[in-house]
Amino acid sequence: MITCEEASRLMSESLDRKLPLGKRIALRIHLLMCKLCPRFLQQMLFLKEASDHYKEEIEEDSSYSLSTNARERIKSLLTTDPEKKDHPHD
Amino acid sequence: MGQTMNPDTWLKEHGDYLFRYALVRLRDRTNAEDVVQETFLAALKGKEQFRGQASVKTWLVGILKHKIIDHFRKNSREVPVTNLLSADESPEDVFDANGKWKEEPGVWREDPADHLEKKEFWKIFRECLAGLPRRLADLFSLREFEGLKTEEICNQMDLSTTNLNVQLYRARLRLARCLDVNWFERKEKGPLK
Repeated sequence: MITCEEASRLMSESLDRKLPLGKRIALRIHLLMCKLCPRFLQQMLFLKEASDHYKEEIEEDSSYSLSTNARERIKSLLTTDPEKKDHPHD
Repeated sequence: MGQTMNPDTWLKEHGDYLFRYALVRLRDRTNAEDVVQETFLAALKGKEQFRGQASVKTWLVGILKHKIIDHFRKNSREVPVTNLLSADESPEDVFDANGKWKEEPGVWREDPADHLEKKEFWKIFRECLAGLPRRLADLFSLREFEGLKTEEICNQMDLSTTNLNVQLYRARLRLARCLDVNWFERKEKGPLK
């Protein structure tokens, strides 16, 4: 039987691709016999869900915005009208 | 091409979204602002190439994605290649010599939603992420936040699949351990100080 360490590597890998049949069976058997590894699997699945959630939360959270400095800097770089370029605050 | 191709409006309409997109992935305000600036400059230079099939926002995000990967590549060049697998202390310390758990993983029984709704949880999550070696956090970010497939990451970052798998595994093991100790165990033992 594979060890817990090997099983934990396979659990991580299974988040990235479908495991080949042999590895999948080895992992499944290990999970049936082991008390601790199912906990790790649960942790891996939780981590995946939390990461998705984290991304969405921040992308939609308008309290995160460009600093005034960065905004002014970019604004002056983007101003295409040469007249405005000399007077960025007009 | 109309009003939307007017660079003067890009910053106002899309600046903050691009910033937040970059912030998730780069995890640092200054770096996020830098890549957003680079994105706008590249967009200005390449605006003739905009075909109008996608929205301006999608087009800008497409440019930003490249800038983010460039940033990670630059980071990775600062790490000597020989140290990629051995530089940080091995997180596999959680296993004994026979490959059995030395540090038992905790039970995270409850519904994830119970945690994900709590502000405190996100603070700890962010701290755990910030505690990863930069290399591991960058790869984790490409996989879990940017959502790239492992083959894509290997191509972009010039890594073997084995190497990437090991690094994603280490990142996850550390994050799980960090959340276990700092969130789940602490929660069982009572409220945060």
